[in-house]
Amino acid sequence: MTAATNTPGLRVSRRISEYAFLIFCWAATAVALLFLAAILFALLKQGLGGFLKPDGHGLDLDIFTRSTPAPGSQGGLLNAILGSIMMCVVAMVGAVAIGVMAGTWLSEFAGESRYGKVIRFLNDVLLSAPSILVGLFVYEILVAPLKGFSGLAGSVALALLAAPVITRTTEDVLRLQPTALREASVALGAPVWKTIWSVIWKSAQGGMLTGALLAFARISGETAPLLFTALNNQFLSLDLTKPTANLPVVIFNYALSAYDDWRRLAWAGALLIAATVLTVTVVARILAREPRRS
Amino acid sequence: MTALADTPTTAPARTARGVALDKLFEALCFGAATLLLAALGGLVVSLVIGGWPAFAKFGLTFFVSAEWDPVQEIYGAAGAVVGTLVSAGLALLFALPLALGVAIFLVELCPPMLRRPIGTAVELLAGIPSIVYGMWGLFAFAPWFAKHIQLPIMMSAKPGTIWETITSGVPNGAGILTASIVLAIMILPFISATMRELLLTIPAQVRESAYGLGSTTFEVIRKVSLPYVRTGAIGAVMLGLGRALGETMAVTFIIGNAHGFPTSIFASGSTIASTIANEFAEATGKLHTASLIALGLVLFVITFTVLALARLLIGRQAHA
Repeated sequence: MTAATNTPGLRVSRRISEYAFLIFCWAATAVALLFLAAILFALLKQGLGGFLKPDGHGLDLDIFTRSTPAPGSQGGLLNAILGSIMMCVVAMVGAVAIGVMAGTWLSEFAGESRYGKVIRFLNDVLLSAPSILVGLFVYEILVAPLKGFSGLAGSVALALLAAPVITRTTEDVLRLQPTALREASVALGAPVWKTIWSVIWKSAQGGMLTGALLAFARISGETAPLLFTALNNQFLSLDLTKPTANLPVVIFNYALSAYDDWRRLAWAGALLIAATVLTVTVVARILAREPRRS
Repeated sequence: MTALADTPTTAPARTARGVALDKLFEALCFGAATLLLAALGGLVVSLVIGGWPAFAKFGLTFFVSAEWDPVQEIYGAAGAVVGTLVSAGLALLFALPLALGVAIFLVELCPPMLRRPIGTAVELLAGIPSIVYGMWGLFAFAPWFAKHIQLPIMMSAKPGTIWETITSGVPNGAGILTASIVLAIMILPFISATMRELLLTIPAQVRESAYGLGSTTFEVIRKVSLPYVRTGAIGAVMLGLGRALGETMAVTFIIGNAHGFPTSIFASGSTIASTIANEFAEATGKLHTASLIALGLVLFVITFTVLALARLLIGRQAHA
């Protein structure tokens, strides 16, 4: 790799540019890692404070047991945590159903058809489309006509963000399954749906789970589309047809507020979300590394 | 690979029930795929319909005016559009060399033992939620940046020069440049991951031949590897640009949210996404809402163009 740098006859200018380049690559990686460390450090330093009693001694689990407070009083994030979990679960159920079916169609039925290519292309665009536009779309089709913000509208927005991720990973994983597997099943007389359901999906389930986890990681920290779909709710509510509290929007409102208590809760919430997302991401990566049965 | 679609479904062993279920199953899958198409189509249509009142009222001035005044109900998109393009462009300027460096480091230079941990760490940067970047940027990075970078630069600028104009502003750290730097960190893992995959597609013989002729690592990268993946690399850059253009929460926290054209790199500004995030839920009237949705349509057109180009370029590379 660096054999050239040790060659005695190498011109000085070449040697200098080579060393400058190598140093730059090392430095670029160091800078990226430095930023990651700085972010995680700030998050831990500020966020852990929310889990301690105000005097700094002893664990304080108010975060998980009490709802968001009025300014100046004590409280936690219970309603926001519950709201976020409910909305994400509903969104994931919808997104998995749509994403797995759509990915299956692209891999097993679409072939090289023009319509298949169009959908594949547009799904990729939808995958990286700004999430705030998805929020505007859901506002236009659900919130404005029904004249009310609701947790369900938030779920629909999140599902629209998760479905393209699942579609893409499902298609990719199914394409990796060997054709012989399909032929063996069909040769035994199994109908196509049975072949896909009990053979192909079964064989690809690890990869599909990874895709679902990555999609979940993406939507659980998503804020922009919830600002004007789920809105917020100061009280504990399990009713998804009403405005629903959720962690990202609470963090956004509280972080920019003037109250120290609220900012403390915002940092604690940010730590909670980041920890969840990073854990899920790492688990998904580890699952993806497991050798797939073929 | 797609043998199933070609399998004759009329084989004698098939039962009528099996054939019917097959048709139902395929129809369900087809429906789900079409639903995605409908979602994207519906998104465009809803933005056009929702934004129409603003286009009808202001016409072309909507795109060239930077005046954004909810009190007098005068709205122009130019300030936010310029803010979006400038912040995303600057972010790309910072992120591209870094991402290239990281990708090359991971492919060519990294000791094998460290390759996986460092690769995962860089990928974690992509996993951190946007709102966390926003909080970190506003409360941790901006104050540090103001004290150690912005103030020295502003002090060193000679009065009366262009340098003074483009570095003027309030030294609180929140502004276009800070937002761009945070955006750069956010898009770095996306660009470097794509670059890394592209670099790994280069056949070993091609690189080894270059090394065998006595090239240095730098020369192999610059004259062999990068030209080999050029098309896809441009696609990776566009993909990162697309992310930066539509990024919302982090920018909303850091950019300072001032309407109008940005006057310097340290000044407060706004982007399309940050304007929508700040004002939509509390829009004062129908025209305000419509103008914000019209802004959304402008953002969609910009990002769609960039992302479509990115996909075409990356796709072409993958098939080449």
